[in-house]
Amino acid sequence: MLLRHTTAEVTERTALTINPAKTCQPIGAMYAALGVHGCLPHSHGSQGCCSYHRSTLTRHYKEPVMAATSSFTEGSSVFGGQANLLQAFETIFTVYNPDIVAVHTTCLSETIGDDISQIISKAKADGKIPEGKHAIHANTPSYVGSHITGFANMAKSLVTNFAEGTGEDKKQINLLPGWVEPPDMRELKCLAHRMGVDVIMFPDTSDVLDAPQTGKHELYPKGGATVAQIRSAGDSIGTIGLGHSASTRAASALEEKCEVANEMLELPIGLQATDRLIEAMRVMAGVKVPDIITDERGRLLDMIADMHQYIHGKRVALWGDPDQLVSLCDFLVCLDMKPVYILTGTPSTRFEKRVRAVLGDSVPDVKIRKGSGADMFLMHQWIKQESVDLLIGNTYGKYIARDENIPFVRHGFPILDRVGHAYFPTVGYRGGMYLLEKILNAFMDRQDREALEEKFELTM
Amino acid sequence: MTDILHERERQVYRKGAEPFQIDCEKQSAAGSVSQRACVFCGSRVVLYPIADALHVVHGPIGCASYTWDIRGARSSGPQLHRLSFSTDLQEMDVIRGGEKKLFAALCELIDAHHPKAAFVYATCIAGIIGDDVNAICKQASEAKGIPVLPVHSEGFKGTKKDGYRAACEALFQLIGTASTEGIVPTSVNILGDFNLAGEIWMIREYFERMGIEVVACITGDGRVDDIRRAHGAALNLVQCSGSMMYLAKSMKERWGTPFLRVSYFGIEDMAQALYDTARFFKDSEIMRRTQELVHLEIDKVMPQINEYRRDVRGKKAGIYVGGAFKAFSLVRALRLLDMKTVLVGSQTGSREDYDQLRELCDEGTIIVDDSNPLELAGFLQEKEVDLFIGGVKERPIAYKLGVGFCDHNHERKEALAGFAGMVNFAREVHSTMMSPVWQFTSRRRKEMAV
Repeated sequence: MLLRHTTAEVTERTALTINPAKTCQPIGAMYAALGVHGCLPHSHGSQGCCSYHRSTLTRHYKEPVMAATSSFTEGSSVFGGQANLLQAFETIFTVYNPDIVAVHTTCLSETIGDDISQIISKAKADGKIPEGKHAIHANTPSYVGSHITGFANMAKSLVTNFAEGTGEDKKQINLLPGWVEPPDMRELKCLAHRMGVDVIMFPDTSDVLDAPQTGKHELYPKGGATVAQIRSAGDSIGTIGLGHSASTRAASALEEKCEVANEMLELPIGLQATDRLIEAMRVMAGVKVPDIITDERGRLLDMIADMHQYIHGKRVALWGDPDQLVSLCDFLVCLDMKPVYILTGTPSTRFEKRVRAVLGDSVPDVKIRKGSGADMFLMHQWIKQESVDLLIGNTYGKYIARDENIPFVRHGFPILDRVGHAYFPTVGYRGGMYLLEKILNAFMDRQDREALEEKFELTM
Repeated sequence: MTDILHERERQVYRKGAEPFQIDCEKQSAAGSVSQRACVFCGSRVVLYPIADALHVVHGPIGCASYTWDIRGARSSGPQLHRLSFSTDLQEMDVIRGGEKKLFAALCELIDAHHPKAAFVYATCIAGIIGDDVNAICKQASEAKGIPVLPVHSEGFKGTKKDGYRAACEALFQLIGTASTEGIVPTSVNILGDFNLAGEIWMIREYFERMGIEVVACITGDGRVDDIRRAHGAALNLVQCSGSMMYLAKSMKERWGTPFLRVSYFGIEDMAQALYDTARFFKDSEIMRRTQELVHLEIDKVMPQINEYRRDVRGKKAGIYVGGAFKAFSLVRALRLLDMKTVLVGSQTGSREDYDQLRELCDEGTIIVDDSNPLELAGFLQEKEVDLFIGGVKERPIAYKLGVGFCDHNHERKEALAGFAGMVNFAREVHSTMMSPVWQFTSRRRKEMAV
């Protein structure tokens, strides 16, 4: 038993996280910055931060991840990191020549109190940012929020730095995808395209972190939202923000700066959340929903109908990021499953309220926990008290899955031991089908593996 | 020729150029996409395999998240080291200090898990806000009656190497705190093997077959009680000299324990390590058993290795690793497969390391310190490398270029040390280079068209 140290009895811990269900802000900022074309993320802190974030993203996507670091020394921690950042701009534009450098801070530079805006202004004044190139930043102290907060902050920074309202009315809508995977972003663009809606989407990590094998190592892969696209977001009809914790800040900034009205939706995972996205796009862009999408919806519904007997009433434990969890719960309820334990390390005021609303009275004994103290150790303790039929969450659930022999569907960040998440979407109707297939396989593979001989079924 | 940043020109050397000069052990230029990590990372990887100790990361959550069970360092018993413990510092802690939180965390954890010792890693923040980690450790140790050792691993206080040193300092505090009764005169400590993929079990078994007692494994499959009596061993065997030399030297100074530098990787180095150890004990019986063991093991593995060699002969390899010591063994092991090393580099090598590499390598080989993906990709193409050996961040670079890859770092899945490890290595090298996937990539298509 790898987790032999877990006790069923929960004692309140005062000062301690065991097996976290979150990580720190900077990696979220790095991920968001990678969703901009020609952008080099830059970590303003010790070398290790940058190295850890790159390694984690590489393990998750199996892709090269480029990011630079200010390489803090003891001197920088005493005198401030200005000299490092100025030197960094010079190095970066000389050697790596990106269009944009997106700086994010770390706990170290935040605590020292480096003023990044001022340093960037100085760099511009000193001619360290070449003509036509950009340096932007987001403050991402690791001791506030989580990786989701970092993503939200960098997404917002893209708006405040680039979006412009020129007064021209562009027949396009902004789609802020939130923290989803590259194939999800690809699927969202595909949905919009099929509806005949022009969208500006940022961040957009498709074709960046799922780049094809070409025999070349591309420092800046072809994907990513361009500066011109983000700039034009200020002239769009409106903004659809997906995922409240990841996209609200950017959507609000866009409204504030360019008066582009926004509608915030939950991530389009599952039937109903996707319905809401399709409806929002239909109304905002004034288009009709094409048959191809209606048919796709029908196929997801058909799949649920065909298989509902296998999933009815199953108890599910989930952990991950608030936006993902709210939508997953919504989908699970629609599948007649019971999300009984739901947990996120990310602090969020909206999360618990929304999960309760989504669940209604379908799961009276639900346990929900967020923020500090919400970790995988607690999740395991809950499971030890009363087990579940299925686990849904990132790779770190595999210890529990193994020790307790519970079917496990990987979803979320990070996934360090499977590859599907990097290639197949879980958003939209097609994403729903993929997710449902994974859930069914998890149950059915187990049944086939463990059924007594006399109960072993050919047809299921 | 690959473009190299002006400031870095002196960190790249091409064998043949005279005079030999290479800059190293310097800070990376700010703004580079360095493959290096930080002080904390160095301490964490070295101490992490001690399986019955508590490892508490004092700082915001990230440092604990990214190092949670990150390395396949196996334990034959306790698994406490595979859990992630963090004080998860929040904004108010940064303002008011995290000492109380740390003390409470230590007390809760020690009560719950009864570890044999606790290591407390001070991260950047702990250093900057001025938490007195030493004092808290002392207080916790007195309250709970186990050693609680501070590890001063603030990320910005140097490079990964300084982290190794901080880890050694913590280990040194443990050594000498238990009785050495019952330890035989023909005994060793294994320093600098981390039991990735179970390697130390293999090495340990060799020594036992030779009639040598292994007192403490530092730190692979490590146990606190063994480490406490490590000063009773007659000899320290130091692999991974980058991480463990400091400890070996400290032990020599304090207890007079002599040390030998060894490597368990590749047939030549493995045999050499066993013979050197046998020779040290000046015991003809041990030497006889060692000869027998080496002959037996080599006879077992050579036929398989020869089969792989037939296909990989003459191919070109590039190496980029954390510590340079690994590179020496890799160059020799590749040579055994009749492969040529055309590029070799490390994150943290010293001048002596690079000098030694220069002697070992063929003319024209590129030797590089603290490289970055852009350079590495350039070198791989320039040298038309068939195989790249590195760690997690290097793997996708190789694959994107259509080059085979072997992980010689934390993510190795097969034991690569020992005699049997050489077969695994040859198999891995063979399977990645011979994979049909490369036939479909554009690089090879071009080659085939020519």
